[in-house]
Amino acid sequence: MPISDAPPIIIADGVIKQFGRFAALRGVNAEFAPGRLYVVLGDNGAGKTTLLRTIAGLAQPTRGTISVLGAKEIKTVCSQIGYMAHPSLLYDEMTGFENLRYFAGLYGIHDDAANFTCREAIISVKLDPDLNRPVGQYSQGMRQRMSLARALLNDPTLLLLDEPFSNVDFHSAQEMATLLGQMRDQGKTLLVVTHQPGLLEPAADEFVWIDSGKIVDRTSKLRAGTQ
Amino acid sequence: MSFLAVMRATLAKDLRLEWRSKDAINAMLFFSLLVVVIFSFAFEPTAEESRKIAGGLVWVAFLFAAIVVLNQTWARELRNHVLDAYRMSPASANSLFLAKAFGNFIFVIVLEALMTPLFIAFYRLGAIGPAWELLPIATLGTWALVVNGTFFAAISLRTRSREVMLPLLLFPISVPALLGMVNATTAVLTGEESARFWITLLVAYDVVFTIACLLLFETILEAE
Repeated sequence: MPISDAPPIIIADGVIKQFGRFAALRGVNAEFAPGRLYVVLGDNGAGKTTLLRTIAGLAQPTRGTISVLGAKEIKTVCSQIGYMAHPSLLYDEMTGFENLRYFAGLYGIHDDAANFTCREAIISVKLDPDLNRPVGQYSQGMRQRMSLARALLNDPTLLLLDEPFSNVDFHSAQEMATLLGQMRDQGKTLLVVTHQPGLLEPAADEFVWIDSGKIVDRTSKLRAGTQ
Repeated sequence: MSFLAVMRATLAKDLRLEWRSKDAINAMLFFSLLVVVIFSFAFEPTAEESRKIAGGLVWVAFLFAAIVVLNQTWARELRNHVLDAYRMSPASANSLFLAKAFGNFIFVIVLEALMTPLFIAFYRLGAIGPAWELLPIATLGTWALVVNGTFFAAISLRTRSREVMLPLLLFPISVPALLGMVNATTAVLTGEESARFWITLLVAYDVVFTIACLLLFETILEAE
């Protein structure tokens, strides 16, 4: 089936997410097609991270429904989702490889297969799998890349990335952006929240603009003056 | 995916992290040591008096020391939001819970093994009843503390003052278990009565609360 005819991979229908009296999402209606790279943009506090967490199943909508990979119960499809959050989601006291070995086990990848998968994931983000140093001693940029490697472990169909380029030097960020473009080319769907959309401009299919908890615009090109 | 494989991996990871940092075990050891030393200065019991009060003293010391490790159970999972990575995985919530509970059990049992000789030395303890019964009492009593402690530590995870919240939740619900541990230990030390009833109470308590925790833990883990 051509990508354009495929059913949406994410369907958000009137999604409202409240934290006490504060509404982080105020009625998000959106569909995201498979095999595309979406860049999610907006000011701080606009609701980008909450949207990603809701799609990931880490936050439940207060009202409305969200369906991911055809399932409303996101836990049932979580093995097909990769999630990179703003915090690293890694244990500071363990090496990058040890971290990934542990998380690989949670996805049912063990023994030699786990060793191979973890090494491949680490190499793909341009880090050394034999680096015998706890993640707590990594630079912020290395931690970000290791965090991306963790999100790639389960070979996800859908990748949700929150600020993957923050604190990463420009050269490494460009390499990461190229890697994300390659993943899109492999048929994966990516939702990337970033304040550096220029890096993803060559690979992005669509830019999704969020303001005050609502999707206010979707464009195929980056607006002039937005970097 | 195997429930046991995930549990084993999580337990091994927790033991490795504790081995590297020794945060919890050091804090527990120093706390228990202080209790032993301070009480030995505060009271100068005869051997007979020691047998009567030691059950209570020992278990209260272990209970308070266990709070230290229980409070840290989830701290590492909160740092860098690692718990979110677990929640995003297809691994079962209960394999995480049991791995944490077994990890805490090992830490507290190690503490008990190290501190018991000191208690015996400081309070000149000797059992008149069947000393071997202390083994099931320690095992069942420790499990009673850690299974509820691990569960309530998870409940208080997202509260602002979780160090205070945990004892507030845990102590009242641990009263039956504490009664069982103290009375069973005293019964063995004094030899005045059989510890069977209290051991049976501990078995029942452990079974009921382990099942209850397993039934409820997923809801706690997924709560925002």
